[in-house]
Amino acid sequence: MEIRWDVFLMIVGASIVTLIPRVLPLVLLSRIQIPEWGMRWLNFVPVAVMAALIGQELLVQDGKLSLGVEVIAALPAFAASVLTRSLLATVIVGMLAMMALRFFW
Amino acid sequence: MALQENLTAPNYEPHIQEERFLQGVKSCIPTLLGYLSIGFAAGVVEKTAGLSIAEILLMSVLIYAGSAQFIAAGMLAASGSPAAIVLTIFFVNLRHLLLSAALSPYFRLLSPLKNLLVGALLTDETFGVAIHQAAMKHRLSEKWMHGLNLTAYLNWIIANIAGAFLGQWIADPEQLGLDFALPAMFIGLLVLQLISRRKLKADLLVVLCSICLVVALSYLTSSSITIILATIAASTLGMAVSRWK
Repeated sequence: MEIRWDVFLMIVGASIVTLIPRVLPLVLLSRIQIPEWGMRWLNFVPVAVMAALIGQELLVQDGKLSLGVEVIAALPAFAASVLTRSLLATVIVGMLAMMALRFFW
Repeated sequence: MALQENLTAPNYEPHIQEERFLQGVKSCIPTLLGYLSIGFAAGVVEKTAGLSIAEILLMSVLIYAGSAQFIAAGMLAASGSPAAIVLTIFFVNLRHLLLSAALSPYFRLLSPLKNLLVGALLTDETFGVAIHQAAMKHRLSEKWMHGLNLTAYLNWIIANIAGAFLGQWIADPEQLGLDFALPAMFIGLLVLQLISRRKLKADLLVVLCSICLVVALSYLTSSSITIILATIAASTLGMAVSRWK
């Protein structure tokens, strides 16, 4: 139940570097007027970042293109999200699909 | 009549605010299972990396970032130096700059301190839920954000500690599909955004560009830099395409 000194330092350091990117734009950008093109650019950030995260999770392993069971499990998860429009259903279907794939593979 | 107004007026405002907070809590519910499984998996990994329960608790309370905690556990197990771990985590979480910037137009009226509180608990998932809400209602409330953020935060801490305690009995979290909760949640968040935004052509182009860039760039640079570069390039493409219309 102890906290080691070097682990403590690491955790405090990590908490600072995770906090700054989260709050800095909100604190600074909310005070200035963003130009129209900037707003249009920001508008596409959510879609772009989610797609990038999905691409990395599904298609990349050890810095290379890799097509594994994740791609197959993504199909029912994708179908569930389109059909149900529910985040919860998407997660459950995705996890069940993955469990089944690992079981039968 | 005047007396009645005086009696009801003070109750009115807090009631509205409380409802907004609770609506935020409610909006968070669909993501809870995803958080639980990822947080649980993170707890298991942290425990097997040799971290104590107290250290795991401190990590989830202070760092509160799944990717960062997985990295910290992995690098600690490989006896990486604290400085190297902090630097890696910094790069991985730089993407939050973009998410925080994308939310900023909705909180322009808030003071810097209130903006800081809104952003402090920002995650990929709460951002996904918030930007979906913003696309539908064209605005975001501060109380709603706090409800969403605090629910996700508490759920994460509980899941982490549960994973740390129960981890010793789970031989293989992957066998239960626990590791797929994260990508499945990202898929759901993306699809819900695409549906609510009604800019499908431009959006699909951005999605395709972003995914191709991530794959191509992963041969050249680290995974966190890849995410940032792909996001910047794909968003720029989206901006350019939407101007032509």
